[in-house]
Amino acid sequence: MSGRGSASRQDRSPVTDADVCVIGAGPAGALVADHLASAQDVVVLEAGPRFDPGDRVERQERAIRPAFDRPDVWEMGGKRDDHAASGEWFYPLNHARVKGVGGSTLHWQGMVMRLHEEDFASGTERGVGPDWPIDYADLQPYYADAETELGVSGADDNSFAPPREQPHPMPAFPPSYSDSLFAEACDELGIAMHSVPNARNSEPFDGRSECAGYGTCQPVCPSGAKYDGTVHVERAESQGATVIDRARVERLAHNADAIEAAVYTTPDGTEHRQEADAFVLACGGVETPRLLLMSDSEQYPGGLANSSGLVGRYFMDHLFAGVGGVLDEPTRQNHVGFLTSESHQFYDDADEEVGPFKLEFFNYAGSSPVELALTGDDWGDDLLERLQSAYGNHVAVGALVEQLPREDSYVGLDPERTDDRGNPVPDVHWTVGDRALRTIERANGIQRSILQELGAEITWTVGPDDTGPAYHHMGTTRMGTDPASSVVDPACRTHDLANCWIAGSSVFPTGGAMNPTLTIAALALRVADAVDATLE
Amino acid sequence: MELSRRDAVAALAALGLGGGAAATYTRRDGGDDSDPQSGTEDEEIDVSDGRVERVAVAAAEVLYPSQVTGVEQFVTEFLGPRLNQDGHGDGIREAVGIVEDRAQRWHGAEFDALDPDRRDQLLREMGVDTADEAPDGTDAERVRYYLVNDLLLALYASPTGGELVGVENPQGHPGGTDSYQRGPP
Ligand SMILES: Cc1cc2nc3c(=O)[nH]c(=O)nc-3n(C[C@H](O)[C@H](O)[C@H](O)COP(=O)(O)OP(=O)(O)OC[C@H]3O[C@@H](n4cnc5c(N)ncnc54)[C@H](O)[C@@H]3O)c2cc1C
Ligand code: SF4
Repeated sequence: MSGRGSASRQDRSPVTDADVCVIGAGPAGALVADHLASAQDVVVLEAGPRFDPGDRVERQERAIRPAFDRPDVWEMGGKRDDHAASGEWFYPLNHARVKGVGGSTLHWQGMVMRLHEEDFASGTERGVGPDWPIDYADLQPYYADAETELGVSGADDNSFAPPREQPHPMPAFPPSYSDSLFAEACDELGIAMHSVPNARNSEPFDGRSECAGYGTCQPVCPSGAKYDGTVHVERAESQGATVIDRARVERLAHNADAIEAAVYTTPDGTEHRQEADAFVLACGGVETPRLLLMSDSEQYPGGLANSSGLVGRYFMDHLFAGVGGVLDEPTRQNHVGFLTSESHQFYDDADEEVGPFKLEFFNYAGSSPVELALTGDDWGDDLLERLQSAYGNHVAVGALVEQLPREDSYVGLDPERTDDRGNPVPDVHWTVGDRALRTIERANGIQRSILQELGAEITWTVGPDDTGPAYHHMGTTRMGTDPASSVVDPACRTHDLANCWIAGSSVFPTGGAMNPTLTIAALALRVADAVDATLE
Repeated sequence: MELSRRDAVAALAALGLGGGAAATYTRRDGGDDSDPQSGTEDEEIDVSDGRVERVAVAAAEVLYPSQVTGVEQFVTEFLGPRLNQDGHGDGIREAVGIVEDRAQRWHGAEFDALDPDRRDQLLREMGVDTADEAPDGTDAERVRYYLVNDLLLALYASPTGGELVGVENPQGHPGGTDSYQRGPP
């Protein structure tokens, strides 16, 4: 495998006369670039490398072998990616993102669902948190487009989901064998199960193959059946966009009302200035606020676009809750690495006390036998015996839970530590809050009742004391109508700077409990429309 | 249970070594490139591809469960492209050199000439059983990474290896999307 990706465009100098400069080549930046590329001169600056698609199977080996940690798979870590976690809750940032063309979707799981209508009005409907300044109807056409862009396999069998206007582009993956075991128990308990919308091909789609069943979706899909941001980066390039990899934007040069240039450095340390009429920041929910905070000036002493003082504030993630156990019959886990059934039944019961959450029925409960085989001090018949007894009868139900935005949960700059370029590292100061913890308890209760109904012996619980993040970075440049209490307006343009838009989950005022990337994609398409309209 | 050619091909595919790599495999037999490897003290250790294969097969006979047959052919087919893989191939040669060195110094014979119990004992004496795999680690950790775990990964990521455990489509094997839907056989 070739170091940090392969060099593509050796010339990393700026593009002259660019209309739009997009910073970050994850799905958000890639979708914006693709949508603007036919009409505008677009340049994308990406801090990480362009990885060679031919290396993916070797990355899969890294995912399986115990010698490698998860961040090693996509070469995260080291001085470039240094970070702090000063909050009461540790945040494992480099497990939670990838830097490179394609962004964190190179590593992601690929579950893509729309937020529920009530998620856009948490304050009004649930009595806590702010309302979004836009509602489901505003986003609905963009959700439909986003599903087509990403290639979503799904079905219309979820009666709790918000209204749809068209079928998903591909049929849903059929339920697993273990789903059928859960279905009996859930039937008894009156819990409805339904399919999961997946950004992975259940049939050949958009020039990419159908899922081949490698089972290592997270952190790498060797077949390309799982969507990632490289799809739209390539499409943008085919329409004339320029993508410069290993171009790290360290500062946004600006005047009082607008960004003038993105100042970036290339691997040899050369500094460049990319000028453009419009700038779209798409660096993810941690690096976007970091870049704004690093771009402070006399005019903006607290950081760029930060007249509200809220850049970096309200950092949110989804929290995981889970219960697992064993049955006295085979459950057929670990054939594929994705989920085929969920339940959103309890989602809209949310109120002030308990947040929204969704249940996930696992297809990969228990350890993968391949990974187990590489650890332990046995081999031969003893190892096989251990594998046979460890594999075969595990079950688990997971859940994602909403956390509310809190001002004391934030992304800041660490005053003491710097990265390899001498810039302050991001400090993810994560605070969770009691409502989320109560929600985890509520989810655990339902999970336990399902496993008990199934006759399982419960062997583990992830509850309020040992919960962790789902790696969804939201809230740090929140959207709103009032410049005093938000960073971007309802069109995702910063209140302070007329030519600066933000694409990504940092604009979410609240997070709901749905994986965020379909909403990120829908908002990115909406940002592309707004930028296009402004430049015309 | 018989390991087939299909299993070796599948194990290779799981490691990114499809047909192309197999086709370009060239043996490095003979004395000219049997360099002494670091970690061994004996300049004479032979790590030509033929020796490496014999040592790996002898190791697999100990590492694989007794009900598995067809080990020699499986290991040889797997090892060919793997030895040709940049960096990794040399790691395997080095690991074999370490094992051979210990076999000759501690037991007075080549590794594959020892009976299986002795081979098992030697690997344990070297601490390979309790070592965590590490490509840049101690001798035991490198033997664990390049030899022992490579062979275990090859077996358990193959369909036959998976079936032994009860999963026809083990992780790393592109076995499609039918088996996850099926009930127990
Ligand atoms: C393990 C894991 C599983 C996940 N599973 C799911 C899931 O099932 N469903 C779901 O919806 N979401 C999932 N996510 C989250 C999902 O990956 C993100 O929501 C999504 O990738 C965000 O897209 P983005 O484009 O906003 O940011 P990113 O994908 O993070 O991309 C941002 C890009 O910007 C670049 N960048 C940052 N700073 C700079 C700079 N200063 N200059 C230039 N470039 C810069 C980065 O290098 C990066 O490539 C998962 C994430 C992880 C880590
Ligand atoms: S199971 Fe499907 S989506 Fe997951 S890694 Fe394999 S081919 Fe990709």
